[in-house]
Amino acid sequence: MATMLIQGGRVIDPANQLDQLLNLVIEDGVIAEITTGIPRTDEVIMAQGMIVSPGLVDLHVALRDPGGEEDEGTASGTKAALAGGFTTIAALPDTNPVVDNRASAEFVILQAERAGYCRVVPLGAITRNHQGEELADLGQLAAGGAGGFTDANRAVQSAEIMRRALEYARMLNRPIFAVPQDATLSAGGLMHEGYYSTVLGLRGIPAAAEEIMVGRDIALAELTGGHVHLMNISTRNSVEELKRAKGMGIRVTADVTPHHLAITDASLVTYDTNLKVLPPLRSQEHVDALIEGLRDGTIDSISSDHRPFASEKKSREFDQVPFGVSSIETALAVVATVLVDGGLLDWPDLLRLLTVNPAKILGIDAGTLNIGRPADLALIDPAAHWIVDTRQFFSRGHNTPFQGKTLRSRVMKTIVGGEVRFSRQ
Amino acid sequence: MKSTWSRRHVLGLEDLSAAEITTILDEAARFKEMARHGEARHSLLKGVTICNLFFEPSTRTKTSFNLAARRLGADTVDFTAAASSLSKGETFIDTARNIEAMGVDHMVVRHSTSGTPFLLTKHLGTGVVNAGDGTHEHPTQGLLDLFTIREQRGRIEGLTVALVGDILHSRVARSNIWGLKKLGAKVIVCGPATLIPAEIRQLGVEVSYRLDEILEQTDVINLLRIQFERQRGAFFPSIYEYAQFYGMTSERIARAKSDVLILAPGPINRGVELTPDVADGPHSVILDQVTNGLFVRMATLYLMQLAREQALTST
Repeated sequence: MATMLIQGGRVIDPANQLDQLLNLVIEDGVIAEITTGIPRTDEVIMAQGMIVSPGLVDLHVALRDPGGEEDEGTASGTKAALAGGFTTIAALPDTNPVVDNRASAEFVILQAERAGYCRVVPLGAITRNHQGEELADLGQLAAGGAGGFTDANRAVQSAEIMRRALEYARMLNRPIFAVPQDATLSAGGLMHEGYYSTVLGLRGIPAAAEEIMVGRDIALAELTGGHVHLMNISTRNSVEELKRAKGMGIRVTADVTPHHLAITDASLVTYDTNLKVLPPLRSQEHVDALIEGLRDGTIDSISSDHRPFASEKKSREFDQVPFGVSSIETALAVVATVLVDGGLLDWPDLLRLLTVNPAKILGIDAGTLNIGRPADLALIDPAAHWIVDTRQFFSRGHNTPFQGKTLRSRVMKTIVGGEVRFSRQ
Repeated sequence: MKSTWSRRHVLGLEDLSAAEITTILDEAARFKEMARHGEARHSLLKGVTICNLFFEPSTRTKTSFNLAARRLGADTVDFTAAASSLSKGETFIDTARNIEAMGVDHMVVRHSTSGTPFLLTKHLGTGVVNAGDGTHEHPTQGLLDLFTIREQRGRIEGLTVALVGDILHSRVARSNIWGLKKLGAKVIVCGPATLIPAEIRQLGVEVSYRLDEILEQTDVINLLRIQFERQRGAFFPSIYEYAQFYGMTSERIARAKSDVLILAPGPINRGVELTPDVADGPHSVILDQVTNGLFVRMATLYLMQLAREQALTST
């Protein structure tokens, strides 16, 4: 029986309110014991000064396999996830072809197993080919392993289709992941509509484009009893609406990205195409509301929303480049820098947003250090300062606004099923 | 005075200080004065190559830059997107870098995407002058408007200038606002609410939705073109309705200040922004603007070349 000891780390398990200097024992790939003692094991990893966390869980990552291999692949994307401390990621279905049938969901799982890095849960499409017109094979997608359904960046515009999707997914006990965005208000938009879009002459996307759909999707969740998960919320009123809905007991959850917490629309004065994301980076008042939403529990999770692109696709005119950031390798460090270093959240609260909460939304048994569950762990050096250098990225996408920036904290080792699959030198 | 100029690029009037704007205007005035005395051609930019890199249609701006460069003795190269390798899939940055590799010193860039000249400065070693980028800025148009007003009135400070029309999509409006505010004018933007971004007040301007209410207090009215090509959706009900509320007619001129100046960046839509009798009438300085554009662009290119030479000698 293979055994491993992770010795002397600060073990943080938000699901069990655990935050102590302890030793963690792994036997045959599962967590066997968390103890003050020092049992004899086959292998020892010294973790003094490190945080020992459950492996991070990411609710939506673009792996782009198949059809976008120049931007990312399952192997490169899942290796990048490990470098970011993620042991389970949910893969967006906006591939080519779209994951809208059972075979394609099974293909995602098969590719992840072949790659052998982190665990991957496929997300299935809500509508066939993301056209927003008829439901995809939701039942068969679920049978093929889909953990939830989403049309990725293409918000379902028809309230009727969204209603039926929520009703049907409720029956399957799966969430609908929605990007709340009214397409008529956001059409042609490139950045947040406000002072900077006015000055820069870049067409704006008003906060209302999101808020209208947040209101609609919450109303539909209430109507149907389905679970709607709002991806990448970015505005003050979205947070307020979410708080109100949760207070009424409506089944709604939400996540936010690291870049929406760290950067405002003021940064776009450089016309850096790496700042072009959907929803757009908002102004400081919205960022402040998002942080408050994380602090008071209104927002459930932080997701990287990793959307890598080959450099030639981001090196064009601002209106021609696609929306997205390669973010999975910097996600933890960005939020640790902004929130923990900024004195806004402590490590257990931050890790709750990155482990047990997203796992619950996805309905999977992950994100905890419960005895007997597979040993999926991240070892984090909270004192590390490092400079982002995209040449060191495992992702094929180097499209990050954090290039050259100094960040605090770094993932040093990532363990999946008791096996060290990533170790930083 | 010239030695205080250190900018290798002219990307917008937002970046320039009042002193820098005045330097360009003074330099332009000097060129105009010399032309008046028969000294229209110079050899100040002899051996310098300037490329007009136009990714968007243009008649007057391109011709004006071309003439300005030639009057200074520079060699000029013209590039038009439609007849280029862009149609074969080459990116505009690669296109620009290839042209630079042929020995170009300055690029005059027009592009339908805001920020594109800024992006080029990150990839090129040449000087870059913005000849209009999307709905962001058109600095030399702003400068020639300032020049024309200063020439006609002897000052900018203390004047009330109205920018009328499509503020939302107008790069000319933004350059005008930055320049006029920096030189001490009061600026009123006027047009239908759908074409005036709410945040424009943060630039220090007043907003009016009724031209008739501001007519009597304005010294200068700059009639911006309705940019049908940039608009999507219904910004106003009809051209007829727009002309009724915001078109400059002789009847409105009669109610304005007796010495009101009428500017228009052109190309003008006769019968929409202004009636033909106003366009060709005594208050109109539209053709003066075109003439002055030449001298403003001469000044801009000349100062950019001075900065380039200074940078080369200091390294």
